Amino acid sequence: MPFIARRLAFYVVALWVAVTANFFIPRAMPGDAVEAVMSKFPDLTPTAYHAIQAMLGVGKAGSLWHQYVSYLGDIVHLNFGISSSEYPAPVSTILGETIPWTLTLVGTATVIAFFLGTVLGILAGWRNGGWADRLLPALMFLQAIPYFFLALILLTVLALNLHVFPIGSGYGQGLVPGWHWDFISSAVYHSLLPAFTIVITSVAGWMLQMRNVMITTIGEDYVLAAQAKGLPNRRIVYTYAARNALLPQLQGFGLALGFVVSGAIIMEIVFSYPGIGLLLVNAVTSDDFPLTQAIFLVITFAVLLANLIVDIVIVLADPRARAREAVR
Amino acid sequence: MTAALPITTTPAQLAAPPRQLGRWRRLPLKAKVGAALLGFFVLAAIIGPMVAPYDPGYQNPAPNLSLAGPSAAHLLGTTQSGQDVLSQLLVGIRLTLELALLVGIIATALSVLVGVTAAFLGGVWDEVLLLLSNVVLVIPALPLLIVLLGYLPRTGQTATILVLAGLGWPWGARVIRAQTLSIRNRDFIAAARETGDHTWRILAFEIVPNQVSLIAANFVNTVLYAIGTSVALAFIGLTNLSSWSLGTMLYWAESQQALQLGAWWWFVPPGLAVALMGTSLVLLNTGIDELGNPRLRDANERPKINGRRLQPTAPTPVLHATFEQPERTPSRVAAFLRSFSREAYLSSPKRSEAGR
Repeated sequence: MPFIARRLAFYVVALWVAVTANFFIPRAMPGDAVEAVMSKFPDLTPTAYHAIQAMLGVGKAGSLWHQYVSYLGDIVHLNFGISSSEYPAPVSTILGETIPWTLTLVGTATVIAFFLGTVLGILAGWRNGGWADRLLPALMFLQAIPYFFLALILLTVLALNLHVFPIGSGYGQGLVPGWHWDFISSAVYHSLLPAFTIVITSVAGWMLQMRNVMITTIGEDYVLAAQAKGLPNRRIVYTYAARNALLPQLQGFGLALGFVVSGAIIMEIVFSYPGIGLLLVNAVTSDDFPLTQAIFLVITFAVLLANLIVDIVIVLADPRARAREAVR
Repeated sequence: MTAALPITTTPAQLAAPPRQLGRWRRLPLKAKVGAALLGFFVLAAIIGPMVAPYDPGYQNPAPNLSLAGPSAAHLLGTTQSGQDVLSQLLVGIRLTLELALLVGIIATALSVLVGVTAAFLGGVWDEVLLLLSNVVLVIPALPLLIVLLGYLPRTGQTATILVLAGLGWPWGARVIRAQTLSIRNRDFIAAARETGDHTWRILAFEIVPNQVSLIAANFVNTVLYAIGTSVALAFIGLTNLSSWSLGTMLYWAESQQALQLGAWWWFVPPGLAVALMGTSLVLLNTGIDELGNPRLRDANERPKINGRRLQPTAPTPVLHATFEQPERTPSRVAAFLRSFSREAYLSSPKRSEAGR
């Protein structure tokens, strides 16, 4: 599989560039992590400055190159340092607590939106002007509304006024996270409204793209040939047209992941959801360098990995891509 | 000459040039609505700050003007500190639209440049540019913006515009690259190359015009992304909070609990303005798509034969026969015009050649 190998190499290089940028950007920024810690503990005397510096690993001795090399080494060992805002918790521990929240909620909601949008798009494309097509303008309006605006209004109406859903947070108060029914049901209950907002704001995009590709695909000769053979419509739609129209959709899926991450951050702020987006905003506002850097890396890595998976799926699904790549 | 025209028409009939009218009428309804809506906002952005009844930042100390509902003096009511919501809205539309358009222009130019160049040069250059796009693409825009703007001093919009544009091009570049790749193998490109056209000429007159609808769609999408992201950033509070954009309006409304206090006139107008702006862009985008690809049009606008609407699955064989020889129009203008036509869009790339 030279294609996949090449993609993998690209993603490794991309990851390296991201890591390098990640190393330099915070160092080019004004703001001091040590000062941030010291301001939180007013009892500390100025002599503690160097001690904190050493603990956080920001003022490491040696040249910038030396720091860079040891930074790369730390990353390989998943050693992201110690958070200054939630001192003395290690960054990796904090990340381990927050990532599952985001991954579960946003992942599920995105996959639901993708499948729902694709199926609706197939229907709208096949029966252009039918009921699924009439849904589009309304869905496009929902998509155009600023996400947080819609989320806040839903939160106000459904949670504050009607009490159908809980107000923010990831699980009920007083519950200890763990694999027991009370906690899981509470977490699911708390995730319904955020997931719903993500689905209804993103489904239109998938639907529109699929509809348009579908309509173009239906005009292809092989679809006409299939109709001429007298194949049933169902078979033509799903086996002939939709299968081919799905490829651009899949590519779009890989590209959209960056936007999914962005949406997730806003969602978590609106719903005070204990995920990685809320953590990022908190880390930035409290000048927590190690945590900010680590969150960046995690998001970057997740998006790269998802893109690689999409590449693999495309190659598996499209013999033409395989053929093209074999030539290059 | 006048005597030769016995069937004179009324001035009203003469006033409407039939071709212009036809062109506008032939536009898909979605594009018309989108363009009209967008035009309204552009107009509001241009004259809004001039006709705004109050200074958006002026805090009226009168106690009955704190969180006052819509009235004759304040058409959209006032904020908690007695500021006029309508004035803020009018000023905010300009600031938000200004930022979004600038981002859209810069980012789309970058997209076309990178996408077309990558696909056409192929080989190493393609991979290098794709790698560059990937790198920018994998750094999700919003987190990076949050980090950058969290540290940078929050004055002016320049930093936001540059970072948004600098992060907004790879999406379009990849889509345009993919489209260029599929166009590249078509016969008319081969024909252009056979006739000795330079690469830059093929790019400028064959490749780019053939994806005008895609580029336009990309521009509209980028503007949409810029509006959404800038408003979201302002909502988080990572912007110049002393300026009046739609995002800062929402920030203040949210931070001062407008929704909980029931002050819908404070929170809903800016959100609705952003939503309508976005909707107009999406409609315009769909309209552009449908102009370039008539198959995407509503079934209701399709011609009826014997009371039955033509389904997209039934292309007429006659039409099919015509676009087997699309290379008969060597003129540049003709080629450009043809790129808008149904044939140019519907002719399928030669799969066998793509896989050769």
